[in-house]
Amino acid sequence: MKHIVAPVAEIPPGERRLVEAHGKRVVVFNLAGEFFALSDRCPHQGGSLAAGPVMGLVESPCPGEYHYGRAGEIIRCPWHAWEFDIRTGKSRFDPRRMKVRAFPACVEKGEALQAETFPVLIEEDYVVVEL
Amino acid sequence: MNVIRPQAAPGRPLAATQGLVDVDIHPRPRSINDYEPWLSAEMRERLNTFGIRPRHGFVKGTPYFKSQPLACRRDAWPAEGTPASDLAFMQEQMLDFHGVDIGVLNPLQPTAQGDQNNPFSVAMAHAVNEWQLATWVERDARLRASVVVPYEDPEASAREIRKRAGDSRFCQVLLMSRTSHPLGNPKYWPIFEAAQDANLPIGIHAFGYSGWAMTNGGWPSFYIEEVSEHATSCQSLVNSLVIEGVLERFPRLRIILIECGFGWLPSVAWRLDKHWPMLKSELPAMKRLPSQQIRDQIWVSTQPIEEPPRPEHLLDCMSWIGWEKILYASDYPHWDFDDPRTAIPSFIPEDKRAAIYGGNARKLYGF
Repeated sequence: MKHIVAPVAEIPPGERRLVEAHGKRVVVFNLAGEFFALSDRCPHQGGSLAAGPVMGLVESPCPGEYHYGRAGEIIRCPWHAWEFDIRTGKSRFDPRRMKVRAFPACVEKGEALQAETFPVLIEEDYVVVEL
Repeated sequence: MNVIRPQAAPGRPLAATQGLVDVDIHPRPRSINDYEPWLSAEMRERLNTFGIRPRHGFVKGTPYFKSQPLACRRDAWPAEGTPASDLAFMQEQMLDFHGVDIGVLNPLQPTAQGDQNNPFSVAMAHAVNEWQLATWVERDARLRASVVVPYEDPEASAREIRKRAGDSRFCQVLLMSRTSHPLGNPKYWPIFEAAQDANLPIGIHAFGYSGWAMTNGGWPSFYIEEVSEHATSCQSLVNSLVIEGVLERFPRLRIILIECGFGWLPSVAWRLDKHWPMLKSELPAMKRLPSQQIRDQIWVSTQPIEEPPRPEHLLDCMSWIGWEKILYASDYPHWDFDDPRTAIPSFIPEDKRAAIYGGNARKLYGF
């Protein structure tokens, strides 16, 4: 089921927002115009991911070689520093088995939604999350 | 004894039917000047001029990066000041939210425990103890203070313990795990004697800067090593308490290992037990099997609890240590905080979880 969570303009690129939809707390991220949504609850002990810092990664193919990349695409839990890929919800340390729930997020035209919820603000676009 | 009432708190585990006692909360001063009301003019001057000087090469800050700023949860910063420096914020985020019935305060830094300057450490311990009462315990009846002692001056430490004996606002003596001599050294015996006389258990919290590297091969390079090596440095501590005869000499002494882990404790005891029959002529005064001393007199706290992939391995360790010897600890507000709802795994039988959450601590501390 789709939920309108915010006007696009309210979550500029690089920003995020904690929203509540369908009884779930979800963090919505804007990565350079692309939107992603993760459950706010860290799968480890339940820390609120919305309160954690967003960062990139220092990656190392082998000892002695390091590079920094993916700036702004990794969220780190404010408690035990578990890191998750904002694009997929997969954890950095065990991506196959440990992940935070990721929900599809997209932008939909205000016109397309007008009949349902916001009949007045037809000129705006909205971020939409599917739960 | 306090009456433990179940309270409606969203973050309280349902299994905490014998109360929720957190044996590891770290209050901080808003600034080092908070201690000044209880320091002499000379010591205030010393504090402001020289500050705290731990026994390691980094006079400002710590040698490792501590994972998060001030080693704290990133959501534990109040609007003003540092984590756990604001009672109202601590109440809202920790005590009320999790429904903590009793919280044990373990002031870590900055307290000048183990400072290079003994007279300063002595003065600061007194000030930190008074500060705990005035700032925390007198303002929230759920909180209990620890007797912070200048442990590198054991005679002065014993005086501080005797001064606080019988004051139910204090529930234990606080030592750091890394001291300038192995902790069983006779140098420290006045502390053990005074604690036993005062009927106060001794909480030994991981950390402290002793002047020695924490490994027996020199200084580790990374924080992950420091955090992990607490387990090995505590093994030396337990060996020392047993072999130097501290637990035999002070049989009513109760030791709580806080934030040291505990998965290693059975193997230390097994190794000591193996060697004792062969080598006990070195130690004619030792009458109890080392493992018996450990099981009689040592308690452990949960955070950070070992998380082996197979639950039965943890259950084996816990049952060897003794289900009545394990105490819940949150480590609030530090980054490796354990939420009581998730920290004690549900594969542990419910009655034992209830004891870990509260029953054991109430018995040990007499809450």
